[in-house]
Amino acid sequence: MNWQALRHNPSLLIGLVATLAFALLGVVSIWWTPYPIEQVAIAQRFQGPSPAHWLGTDHLGRDMLSLIMSGTLTSFVVAALGVLIGVAVGVPMGLAAGAWGGAVEWLVLRISDLTFAFPAVIVAILITALAGPGETNAIIAIGVFNVPVFARVARGGALAVATQDYVAAARLAGHGNVSIAWRHLLPNIMSLLIVQGTIQLSLGILAEAGLSYIGLGTQPPATSLGLMLRDAQSLFLIHPWLSVVPGLTIVFIVIALNLAGDGLRDAMDPRLRHQGLAHGAG
Amino acid sequence: MHPRKSLTLALAGLMLATASALAQPTEIRIGVALEPPALDPTAGAAEAIDVVVYQNIFEGLVRIDQTGAVQPGLAESWTISQDGLTYTFTLHEGVTFHDGTSFDAEDVKFTFDRLLAEGSVNAQKALYEPISDVTVVDPTTVEFTLSRPDGLFLFNLGRGDAVIVAPESADNNGAEPIGTGPFAFVQWDRGSRVVLEQFGPYWGDKPALTKATYLFIGDTATMTNALLAGDVDGTNNFAPEALAVFEGNPQFKVLVGSTEGETILSTNNAKAPFDNLLVRQAMAHALDRQEVIDGATYGYGVPIGTHFAPHHPYYLDLTSTYPHDVEKAKALLAEAGYPDGFSATLKLPPVAYARLSGQIIASQFAEAGIELELINMEWAQWLEDVFANKDFDLTIISHVEPFDIGIYANPDYYFGYDNAEVQSLNDQLNATTDEAERLALAQQIQTIITQDAVNGYLFELAQTGVWNGKLDGMWQNAPVEGVVLRDIHWVE
Repeated sequence: MNWQALRHNPSLLIGLVATLAFALLGVVSIWWTPYPIEQVAIAQRFQGPSPAHWLGTDHLGRDMLSLIMSGTLTSFVVAALGVLIGVAVGVPMGLAAGAWGGAVEWLVLRISDLTFAFPAVIVAILITALAGPGETNAIIAIGVFNVPVFARVARGGALAVATQDYVAAARLAGHGNVSIAWRHLLPNIMSLLIVQGTIQLSLGILAEAGLSYIGLGTQPPATSLGLMLRDAQSLFLIHPWLSVVPGLTIVFIVIALNLAGDGLRDAMDPRLRHQGLAHGAG
Repeated sequence: MHPRKSLTLALAGLMLATASALAQPTEIRIGVALEPPALDPTAGAAEAIDVVVYQNIFEGLVRIDQTGAVQPGLAESWTISQDGLTYTFTLHEGVTFHDGTSFDAEDVKFTFDRLLAEGSVNAQKALYEPISDVTVVDPTTVEFTLSRPDGLFLFNLGRGDAVIVAPESADNNGAEPIGTGPFAFVQWDRGSRVVLEQFGPYWGDKPALTKATYLFIGDTATMTNALLAGDVDGTNNFAPEALAVFEGNPQFKVLVGSTEGETILSTNNAKAPFDNLLVRQAMAHALDRQEVIDGATYGYGVPIGTHFAPHHPYYLDLTSTYPHDVEKAKALLAEAGYPDGFSATLKLPPVAYARLSGQIIASQFAEAGIELELINMEWAQWLEDVFANKDFDLTIISHVEPFDIGIYANPDYYFGYDNAEVQSLNDQLNATTDEAERLALAQQIQTIITQDAVNGYLFELAQTGVWNGKLDGMWQNAPVEGVVLRDIHWVE
């Protein structure tokens, strides 16, 4: 991928820029928000947008922009760690299935099937219901439903690469399965994983919002976009603004991530590329 | 008869029937936030039980009316001996339980023997401990002997905890309640609803309603929609934050009344640093009560400065004892040996008023240097950790029992307040029936616990009912826990 690819693909550019902008907004909230988010000021609640509070104030008089910034960070961190768990567990599983085949492959696929049989959010609810609500459990829950996704993607990619001549050559040269998976399969499915990771990140953000919305994710006084929606839902008929702001933020983040994911897939798809596999036989 | 004429007549008859059916609906669907864990009010503390069964399925010897006064119930009259130790009740005749068994003095004796037995699980057993003996004089006369005079004895007999049950059905009341009330239990679809129907052979005045369905709707947004769509006809307690949706809407009646729920920042007085009076006073000064009331109850809570219901004649207004003053709080903390403040945990049960108050108080305390860590808990966990094991620093809870200042005389109570003077005053209060003396004693106790800043006194919970505009007869105030269906009726 290069700048030319970006120029030919404006949606990728928009997606990446918007994603980075939201991520930056979240990261900045670690050091600075317009107002501290723990600071309650009942006298100032339910204000509309104003120069002092760009996005207004919530039911406890907290600055909505500060909450959105902090909530975006929570959503990104929870989703990213969830995806990371999925990658860390799922990719080795998929590679093992691809490299060994046979019984290992069968086992990996059946475990994936089993996890896929339950809708992702149901799995997440099950975990948080068993282990109690909280950010950590939300991360684990999102991680668990990401595992089979990455296992499948890694296996699929690995199977395609495993038929290449240079893999056969490596095998003849005496490389074992582990070495082949690490040196040949993994580098060649990296682009697939990045694309899938971007898409899973957007699903993770939705899952975090969903879990917090039903009270199983982030707990106050910490905040997340889903939690803001939860706090606002009983007030929707009176103060719809409180739901609109976090709702739209979630929508924009997810659109940005999906644009980025689709753009990356187009840019990285081996069939669309001219220069062949970047990490050839080494 | 001419065929067309008969058709016309039939149609007219049909229309009449429809008209009268429309004019007098006799069914009601009530939305309530919490589903009761079981339906036996004599074996559980949950308010949700009384909401469904109190005075509807079960009745006591006396009943509490909506002003909080004691009215005859299953006992049509009673006499009290000069020394205040013997109560003789004359029971109604011809009363039957919903399963057809008859009610008499033996059932009364059984009820109180069961309540006071060694293994009794009655949540308010302590209230009835003054009873030393229940004697059946004849089938319609029963005599209670007390070990000491008890000014609240009749009121306590009217509570949901002292309703009369039958030996044949008592063990099963949790799942299938059998009482003597105007409504009989029909079915309970767990997680969804409880259905009651008018009990035909009821001994007293027949209620206007023939059927009542309690629907359990925990979520405020869902409840709002159910009310707006007419899926429920009302709710006894609606979340105050969304009350504005119904205020000013002529299709609905918003009833704002009082409850017996003193909401307090409960403080573990037995644990450092809260065993230090200076620390508790500092917390009292750090608290901005009005902001908590505005933020957590949308202004519907009534400020309290002590553990007493503001609408009670014994109430003493002590709200200005510790005015909001952050500098004073810091000075007191420094004097107590915490110049940089301290950290503590605040365990919050799953009720909106507690969760919101917690966030607001954490913000207020932070200004005075007290860092609170908020821990959200489910009911079962809260009851075990805080109420049973006293493993907490601070918590926020509404004490919904009427006239419950006696908890400050119990050093084993969860907030661990041990003051011999309060204990002796409370003993005198319990033993006195003279109104003027009782008032003086109750106010003395209120003053002491406020000055000792035992707990942070926040507000009296309001009851905010939302009902269909065509319904009448609902209780505005809640002097006892319950939604009494007796007087509810539809009007045109």
